[in-house]
Amino acid sequence: MSGRQLLLMDGIHKRFGPLIVSAGVTLDIEENEIHALLGENGAGKTVLMSILCGVLSPDEGQIIFKGQALKPGSPRQAIKHRIGMVHQHFMLVPNLTVAENYVLGQGSPFSVIRDMKTVHARIVELSDRYGLGVKPDALISDLSVGEQQRVEILKVLYHGVELLILDEPTAVLTPQETDRLLHLLRRLVEDGKTVIFISHKLDEVIRVSDRVSVMRDAKVVRTVKTSETNARELARMMVGRDVLMDLPRAPIEPGRVVLSVEHLNCDGESGLPALHGVSFQVRANEIVGIAGVSGNGQSELALALTGLLPIASGSVTLEGAELVGRSSHDINQMPIAHIPEDRHRMGIVLPLPLTENVILQRFDKPPFSSRGMLDMSEITRQTRDLMRRFQVKASGPGDRIQNLSGGNQQKLVVGRELDRRFDFLLINQLTRGIDIGATELVMHKILEQRSAGKAILLISTELEELFTLCDRILVMYEGRLVGEMPPDRGRLEEIGLLMAGKSPMSAA
Amino acid sequence: MEDLASLSFLAATIAASWRLAAPLIFASIGEVFSERAGVLNIGLEGTMLAGAFAGFAAAFTSGSILFGVAAAIAAGVLVGLLFAFFTITIKADQIVVGAAINLLGLGLTAFLFRSYFPSAGKGIDIAKPVHLPWLSDLPFFGEALFRQNAFVYSTLPVAALAVFVLYRTSFGLTLRAVGEHPKAVDVAGRSVALYRYGAVLICSALAALGGAFLTLAHSNQFVEGISSGRGFIALAVVVFARWSPIGAFVVSLLFGVFYALQLQLQAQPVHFLPYQLFQALPYLMTIAALIFVRNRVGTPSMLGVAYKKS
Ligand SMILES: Nc1ncnc2c1ncn2[C@@H]1O[C@H](COP(=O)(O)OP(=O)(O)OP(=O)(O)O)[C@@H](O)[C@H]1O
Ligand SMILES: [Mg+2]
Repeated sequence: MSGRQLLLMDGIHKRFGPLIVSAGVTLDIEENEIHALLGENGAGKTVLMSILCGVLSPDEGQIIFKGQALKPGSPRQAIKHRIGMVHQHFMLVPNLTVAENYVLGQGSPFSVIRDMKTVHARIVELSDRYGLGVKPDALISDLSVGEQQRVEILKVLYHGVELLILDEPTAVLTPQETDRLLHLLRRLVEDGKTVIFISHKLDEVIRVSDRVSVMRDAKVVRTVKTSETNARELARMMVGRDVLMDLPRAPIEPGRVVLSVEHLNCDGESGLPALHGVSFQVRANEIVGIAGVSGNGQSELALALTGLLPIASGSVTLEGAELVGRSSHDINQMPIAHIPEDRHRMGIVLPLPLTENVILQRFDKPPFSSRGMLDMSEITRQTRDLMRRFQVKASGPGDRIQNLSGGNQQKLVVGRELDRRFDFLLINQLTRGIDIGATELVMHKILEQRSAGKAILLISTELEELFTLCDRILVMYEGRLVGEMPPDRGRLEEIGLLMAGKSPMSAA
Repeated sequence: MEDLASLSFLAATIAASWRLAAPLIFASIGEVFSERAGVLNIGLEGTMLAGAFAGFAAAFTSGSILFGVAAAIAAGVLVGLLFAFFTITIKADQIVVGAAINLLGLGLTAFLFRSYFPSAGKGIDIAKPVHLPWLSDLPFFGEALFRQNAFVYSTLPVAALAVFVLYRTSFGLTLRAVGEHPKAVDVAGRSVALYRYGAVLICSALAALGGAFLTLAHSNQFVEGISSGRGFIALAVVVFARWSPIGAFVVSLLFGVFYALQLQLQAQPVHFLPYQLFQALPYLMTIAALIFVRNRVGTPSMLGVAYKKS
């Protein structure tokens, strides 16, 4: 930190119809610092950063970068001033390669793309330098969310930045990847760059940032030096009350077997084997966790259980009924609920209103429809009710879901799934992108389901989340279950070794 | 004797296939540009008619085919601007505007033709086959491939240029991105609207050129509704071709074969089948193509969706 001002956003106002999303925000960023931006879901963080990089125009207010006023609403200006942003929802074109995405918008539109070799070489060089493992000729649509995130980060570095904005970069990363990213940010600051970092994970913020600004209700309410605060205080500033992060998990004996998976083998979307002889059971009143570095078969497991990926061999029974061979539609009619990994790809339909997203799987059943007609007033009523119970912030039930902030989209998906009638709940990343207040709420609801006799499988890359919720944790590595652990924080190291494919015995 | 006759029948069929595919090649490659940018331009039929009429009118009054071509392209650009303004700037529904363009094209060309060319009976001198030294004199191949007019030959460079622009230029890359993830293009500092205008104008100009082929190089006359559904067939070609310009070229040739067979079979002395059936061949194949190409791999994901910058 040099103490010199790099950026001042002054009196920014922005509204969408009746919804005020920036109410006179003032934010100042110093040269060469990591500045964390905190705030509840829908506080207006993403909107503020979109205004900064020109994607949205503010209704009022000005942006001063290095003593110069930026033209509002112009992405080109921001790019020219080397302000780069890694967006919460990726800005990668799925049918293009990594390298093609990097050259998109570069140079004159009428230029011929000649030097792809040089581009490739530079990507490889940068990727090696920062240890990001990005392959320039990979097609975006073939990459996992975590990989896409790294591609996004490298894209901004490739273009050269002075001010780097990261909007919830760690939401989709594993703890190891997060460590690497935080290191990377430190290195960038040493190289003279400045970083704005948005996250809901307070421990990361404490670890990496120099200063923190907290947003609430469309305003920056406070900016403090990180060294002069702590996680509890930050949480209180954000939510306005104390947040309990450690929820009591009542001791309950697990009941009957609800889901039984035996010797499951399955090929991934690339055609290579992804699951090898996976066997486990989930009982009523039990939450079973699956830990692992992303890309080790967890996504395929979730897809196989919901009928979205053909099963090569093995058996999956739900309450005694065989699932193998059934279509995803049939499985959807069974007592199963699913919170998917990537809400945009599988959880919601972005251009549709909240109401239609709520009834997505059940639109043809009462109470949403009767005699072939949708009961709009009932649908609206239930949507409102769900929004209230899960604290979904939106201008109304008729709002398109793409207008919601990321965390609010996730809360709607969680709420919708928990409202279904189910015996088995499959969760792949529960708290992705939701703020700490809402995390507490959602975890609470999951534990309620456990007490109510539901069987729950929780796939997560967040060990904290697994420790808090699970009765036992299975570790997955390269498509195999390699061990089972009690949710005991003391055995963190052993779990870490298993996740890395090492046996804790040999390490001891 | 028998063999010779069937060989020359084959050569004639091949020659006719390429010739009759030409208007489809122009229109469908144009549509590939537009759809890759996310704009579904179903107004091809009307645009082709505009090109056919403008080309005819200019060639008839000036006596120059080159003038006709220039007028057709100008008409195409004009129609394209109209379509682009309503769908991109005003964000009206693309299907509705496209349908309006078709009706306008049909009605306006018929009206203008009847008002200004009531006695165009003798028509114009259409483009002559270009004699290529040595090649045109080859046995069989000369007749099959190298006795075409300039329009037909130009389908090759047009297709090559389309591939080059779409896959090798910054413009083409951005264009393909605009149809998939317009916001990413916006964030990269490029105007989505501008690229869509560009794509639509390329589309309309090429479609008009395809229309002009009909009056300047095929029949020497303008007739109401002369495009007879080719604009719609071109839409099917694009689906069949999975939105690739090379694919559009090849699939158009395939449809050209149906057109050619239809003509050749009608001319045959054996009439064991009603000739209407042959006439319907290209249209039947369109329906078949759309039924059997159900897998929509390659469809630009933002096809038909207006982009709103908030
Ligand atoms: N294009 C839009 N149209 C209408 N409302 C919008 C639009 N974009 C954002 N909003 C609203 O603006 C508010 C702030 O959204 P924003 O995405 O900035 O929240 P956030 O602080 O980033 O939250 P999260 O932590 O969940 O990502 C939300 O209530 C959201 O619904
Ligand atoms: Mg956000």
